[in-house]
Amino acid sequence: MNVRILFATVGRILRQLRHDRRTVALLVIVPSALLTLVYYMYVDQPAGPGAPSAFDRIALVMLGFFPFIIMFLVTSIAMLRERTTGTLERLLTTPLGKADLLFGYGIAFGLAGAVQATIASAVAYWVFDLHTAGSIGLVIMIAALNAVLAVALGLLCSAFARTEFQAVQFMPVVVAPQLLLCGLFVPRDQMSGWLQAISDVLPLTYAVEALQEVGAHAEPTATMWRDVVVVAAAAVLALVLAAATLRRRSS
Amino acid sequence: MDDAIAVRSLVVNRGRRRVLDGIDAVVPRGSVTGLLGPSGSGKTTLMRAIVGVQVIAAGTVTVLGQPAGAAALRHRVGYLTQAPSVYADLTVRENARYFAALHGRGHVEADRAVTDVGLASAARQLVGNLSGGQRSRASLACALVGEPELVVLDEPTVGQDPVLRADLWARFHELAATGKTLLVSSHVMDEAARCDRLLLIRDGRLIADDTPDAVRAAAGVEDLDEAFLRLIKAGEPGRTGEAS
Repeated sequence: MNVRILFATVGRILRQLRHDRRTVALLVIVPSALLTLVYYMYVDQPAGPGAPSAFDRIALVMLGFFPFIIMFLVTSIAMLRERTTGTLERLLTTPLGKADLLFGYGIAFGLAGAVQATIASAVAYWVFDLHTAGSIGLVIMIAALNAVLAVALGLLCSAFARTEFQAVQFMPVVVAPQLLLCGLFVPRDQMSGWLQAISDVLPLTYAVEALQEVGAHAEPTATMWRDVVVVAAAAVLALVLAAATLRRRSS
Repeated sequence: MDDAIAVRSLVVNRGRRRVLDGIDAVVPRGSVTGLLGPSGSGKTTLMRAIVGVQVIAAGTVTVLGQPAGAAALRHRVGYLTQAPSVYADLTVRENARYFAALHGRGHVEADRAVTDVGLASAARQLVGNLSGGQRSRASLACALVGEPELVVLDEPTVGQDPVLRADLWARFHELAATGKTLLVSSHVMDEAARCDRLLLIRDGRLIADDTPDAVRAAAGVEDLDEAFLRLIKAGEPGRTGEAS
């Protein structure tokens, strides 16, 4: 990895994003708009004694979902475009290393995800009065980590797609099971054993648990840190696998 | 070591099709060599093998004294793909500056490369908003910005008007005069006359490797187009093992 090339690549990816104002606007506005829906859906739902309100419980997890879903899609399409327009083949004839490109995407879209998570969290806490025992900073950190995980999975999945149509089909394949089994809809300890086993190997499960720990405890817990490490390790694993799918030579 | 490129018994298959069938060729340093042949003859595949992105079945490709695709060559070889491979959602200047940065060059070199391909006035435009010809010149700027010793250009003049085409060829010869080596593919025979040497391929086989004058002399005609037709016909009875 070459630091100069890595940061040139990060700058290039962010510049591409900046020229696409509509995408930037969607990245910023959509999470807040969806939070507004969630707020009004649950505003009148009674909370059990001592339990967090339904809005607090769901909005907290949503703050982790937004960057995950959106960065997965953005990355899959961006990487697919590199492959189909020939820029990837050309990049691989230059001094750029595979890691420069993959980590470049990880950093650039990780930053975009962090900005998105910060804005969505600010809206959740200050407009909709979200309550968590732990700090907003931890929520944003976990959300940004989710963005990096999504970028890594997106880079990996783009290797298996030949067209944009196929690339977007990977979203339900990769994202939906993680969303369904992460413990938001049915608590994990109430799932049957085989569902729990699947849930155990899906990285989003750990991100959601980490957010729930922040929701319930004023100080960061050991469980939260363990979860953060698991999510980060999953992201690194996906990046390594993605590097293995990038071949300088093709037939 | 005078050859920039030495190709020995190169065989390339794509799928079940034999695209290159035993190519032997050398490209001398400091020259402009034309790679000519009809569409589908294997020009792009040969260029991909030279820049080291093509899986080869047999033979060797040596570039600037090293095996094609060696990591050390990535600083020394510039490649222009046939379809313009630049970022449509960046400006011409941003594209040039990014590829300059990959080669350790700065903004000055990037801006010069943009000017050299005649795009100075369009430098701030998004590549996606340019005409096809401008887009391929933006791509050319990105191939030249690292000042590579060997420049491999796949149909760089397609879609350019005659004046620009003449300018680009003049630029290629300027580069060759400074010791750079250029391999330029084209399917337009009138560009062949502008080259120092010619490689003509057809159906994955090399049918001529000589100077334009020698090709004319061998065929016994002045017109290169006609000369190639004669060479192709002369070669036909001896052709074997043609891939489908």
